[in-house]
Amino acid sequence: MSVTETIANPFKPKAARIVRHYDLIEDHRFFQIRLIDMKKAMSFTYNPGQFIMLSIPGVGEAPFSISSTPSRPGILELGVRKVGKLTESLFQKTDNDVVYIRGPYGNGFKLDQMVNKDLIIVAGGLGVIPLRSILYYALDNRDMFKCIFFLYGARSPQEFLFEREFFQIKERKDIDCLYTVDKPDKDWTESVGVVTKLFKNLPKIDPRETTAVVVGPPVMYKFVIDEFLKLKIPKNQIQLSLERRMKCGIGKCGHCAIEHLYTCMDGPVFTYWDTLHFKELI
Amino acid sequence: MRILKMQSKFLEVFLESLDKFGKLYGPKRKNDVLSYDRLENISELVITDEHPMIPIKKLFHPMQFTMMRFNERGFEPDYSVIEKRVVIGVHPCEIHSLLRLDDVFLREPVDPYYAGLRENTAIIGFSCLPLENHLCISTDTDIVSEGFDLFFVNLKGFYLVWVGSSLGYDMIHEREEFFDENVTHEDIQMYVDWRKKRNKMFKKSFDFDSMPDIMDLSHDSEVWDYFGDKCLSCGQCSMVCPTCNCYNVTDVFDVTNETVGRRNRVWDSCMFVDYSLVAGGHNFRASRADRLRLWYGHKLKTFGVDYGRPGCIGCGRCVDSCPVDINVLTISEALTTEEVPKQ
Repeated sequence: MSVTETIANPFKPKAARIVRHYDLIEDHRFFQIRLIDMKKAMSFTYNPGQFIMLSIPGVGEAPFSISSTPSRPGILELGVRKVGKLTESLFQKTDNDVVYIRGPYGNGFKLDQMVNKDLIIVAGGLGVIPLRSILYYALDNRDMFKCIFFLYGARSPQEFLFEREFFQIKERKDIDCLYTVDKPDKDWTESVGVVTKLFKNLPKIDPRETTAVVVGPPVMYKFVIDEFLKLKIPKNQIQLSLERRMKCGIGKCGHCAIEHLYTCMDGPVFTYWDTLHFKELI
Repeated sequence: MRILKMQSKFLEVFLESLDKFGKLYGPKRKNDVLSYDRLENISELVITDEHPMIPIKKLFHPMQFTMMRFNERGFEPDYSVIEKRVVIGVHPCEIHSLLRLDDVFLREPVDPYYAGLRENTAIIGFSCLPLENHLCISTDTDIVSEGFDLFFVNLKGFYLVWVGSSLGYDMIHEREEFFDENVTHEDIQMYVDWRKKRNKMFKKSFDFDSMPDIMDLSHDSEVWDYFGDKCLSCGQCSMVCPTCNCYNVTDVFDVTNETVGRRNRVWDSCMFVDYSLVAGGHNFRASRADRLRLWYGHKLKTFGVDYGRPGCIGCGRCVDSCPVDINVLTISEALTTEEVPKQ
């Protein structure tokens, strides 16, 4: 028997239905999607920090971070910025429309490193979309972690994603949420300034017993990592997730290569220690 | 491995008989360019020391092909690119290049298109003698011990034939009368002499084994800026490099139809400016120097985390092709001496 009969084609995407969508902010939309095959929908599992490839026939395919948590199976959640041909086409879709997905791909956050430790989550701008997955995962498995700190910085209150959700979470006693914007308006009651300014509000932590994760625009990493290093968090306990151009998601097309690593297979989550060895990571 | 002997006069008849194992492919001349192509007739086959301009990857990782067809009901794989073939006249470096591509395309998850083309294609290798820019002695790819069904070494008046697979045995079995099991001491001596003579014919070389370390040490070298300034970003090096496997994927609607179409795979090159460009406009490799360093990183330093060796197989096509003389020789020379070449 030929290989084409014995293996499933890894490039063939499966049909999924948009079950709900709403605008997060201007040009940023939240989508809940579910594989049409119910059995596959319920068995589709992933790690926080993984991504899917989403297709619209005739338009193309691109990687998207999964924003939902595997602790709530059945529905996949995406946060999408309208920024190119594919996302423009996706924004024309509505509830019950069909898109095509395959995955999950990538390694995801290194959960084994986080268990029974304090967890600091630092999000900048759109970086909050993949971090929302680990945030909810940690809250759904609260006993696995010690203290949880969630630091999120946006440019302005108008660009603050998941505002209602995140201010609800802020009410919880089992997590410390610190929010900031660069440019506040008159109704903004939280901190003002870049996300690194929030670090002074953190209580004293035991750095060896802490894992830090950060996702944000490329320019942000250096400044946030400097703060983690000031706290003396070990370099290999600082995790970050990287964006790259990807055409396959499975280490064939070459676009996401960084030296001998493929971001799609060996990443997108790397430790700060990794980035010291591979100069082009960040 | 079993080695047999065949008189040269039987070659054409034997190769012709292989058409029962698949459609015959091999180097042939088209408009004065040597190119791997379908052989309508065995007389079209050109067994020569020259490499075809476009490497053998084109038969396993086609320049452009349809991966899937889509319609209102979704995507369906299209495997029509796969057919039974016998490729004749494949040089050792080319066989090595396929082993490198195997590392990429056959590792999990397996690419079914490449895998299908590989498993349906027999490789009939042929020895060659080095031309001006051939570098396989530097990259240790001048000899093959795997990756072929039959391999012919051309000695005076006869061939020594290595049998590399059970399919190779089946092929021999078809015309057993052509093959002599009795390889004499003299024949072996002729082969040893041939190798000695051949080894002396290489005109150019470079220090391939030291390059991974030198590449590491040269990450921030101004050599990259020098070559970056010269590079035209034309991507020719990727097209002719047997181990460049990067591709892009594009969807195309069928003419006059807005729901039915094809998802195609097409060769790409990391030399192109949009290679690392993401939606929103951030380009992770906007400079030509960065893109060149990635290309040569793959060829001279690392080629995939688990693959064990760099990608260059010493065919010398980059030396032949680059219009501004950026190639494994000039790059490794400049990095080793930290001197940019004289104009």
